[in-house]
Amino acid sequence: MNIDMILSSLPALFAGAWVTVQLVVLSLSLGFLLALAVAFGRLSSNRVISGVTGVYVFLFRSTPLLVQIFLIYYGLGQFAGIRESFLWPVLREAYWCAIIALTLNTAAYTGEIMRGGIQAVPFGQIEAARALGMSRALLYRRIVLPQALRTILPAYGNEMIQMVQATSLASAITLIELTGAARTIASRSFQPVEMFIIAGAIYLAMNFVIAQGVRWAERKTTAAG
Amino acid sequence: MLDLLRFGSDGWGDEIARGAGMTLAVAILAYLIGILAGSGVAAAKLSGPAPVRWLAAAYTTIVRGVPALLVIWLLFFGGSGLIGWVAGLFGYAGPVELSSFAVGVTAVGIVSAAYAAEVIRGAVRAVPKGQLEAARALGMGRFLILRRILVPQALRYALPGLGNVWQMTLKDTTLVSVVSLAELMRQAYLGMQSTRQPFLFYVTAAILYMIMTTCSEALFRALSRRAERGVRRAMTN
Repeated sequence: MNIDMILSSLPALFAGAWVTVQLVVLSLSLGFLLALAVAFGRLSSNRVISGVTGVYVFLFRSTPLLVQIFLIYYGLGQFAGIRESFLWPVLREAYWCAIIALTLNTAAYTGEIMRGGIQAVPFGQIEAARALGMSRALLYRRIVLPQALRTILPAYGNEMIQMVQATSLASAITLIELTGAARTIASRSFQPVEMFIIAGAIYLAMNFVIAQGVRWAERKTTAAG
Repeated sequence: MLDLLRFGSDGWGDEIARGAGMTLAVAILAYLIGILAGSGVAAAKLSGPAPVRWLAAAYTTIVRGVPALLVIWLLFFGGSGLIGWVAGLFGYAGPVELSSFAVGVTAVGIVSAAYAAEVIRGAVRAVPKGQLEAARALGMGRFLILRRILVPQALRYALPGLGNVWQMTLKDTTLVSVVSLAELMRQAYLGMQSTRQPFLFYVTAAILYMIMTTCSEALFRALSRRAERGVRRAMTN
């Protein structure tokens, strides 16, 4: 085993890991906001809104993420209308295409998790809040969402860990994130296996941080007694 | 534009269909590996000696924690070296070359097994202890208990989870296209390159994947219903 070679490849691996972290953080935060909208859309009494969000969730959950990434990165560029529009500077970049695809994908899954969490809030809670004269917005902010978010924490933790792994697909559209960096070094060095083991260890470390964060949040939000 | 998808030598229809067949072949083989190896790993985690238990726990934790794409690359770059080394132990010194099909099926199977193991372990633990004690009291042998008591009940608990593992395995096969196996994604990529119609080819691929996931979901739902045919429900919906 060539220690020097491994050491000299570490900066490139860490640079890739930094891109992975950006992809995870950006697409998870944007995805979380979109997921809230999706959950409310699915629960809406307006048939058109719940129908449209239902179709969106179905499309993104029934197709593989790689197809979604390729459709956005290669597929949209086929249309002259898009190439000439103000969106092109964004849609031309693999980085933003990856973030858009990851965001849309996680929002579909997370939206369903949130819908379940909102529906799991006991109806008595809502009746009590209404009896106290709370407005709809206050009722959601103080009663429904805090309880729903606590219920979905374990499932959302799994979704976050899945997203860390999902970012590796960005390497398929030329983005050099952690998996892409490991592969690039592996193909020109004689230590391919070592590169993938180091990359795997970095992914495991990211998961560990997320799992600890979720556990901490669960402790913080569990009602005493 | 749609005539690009014609079957025959002037269209991509037959290539795409062959790609979809290859996708199903990889998914089904990997899933079978997943169920078989996953059962072994679950058994190791439930009742193996301590070192075996630790190994099984390390396997499921690591494989479920790293991207499937990384496992594919690891096998692609390192697999032939490993097999060459093992072959060397048996006195074979020639070069070893792994096909992209073998790499793909093995890598996706390894990932599938890690998730299946967790599902199966949970399902076995959900079978009430009294059932096994009663079977033992009736003088049933180990294998008979497995066949008549444990597996039929555990299968009912495992089916929804195994359905999810199948969906994941099917979607993971798309990643095998990176090692140039001619499955659906790869064929769509080739079609896109020669016709410059990426949207058409990827929408076609998306629709085919949608058909596969939707049909298999219906199949697993039917299996679940069948496995639950003797169970009384407090609430029916």
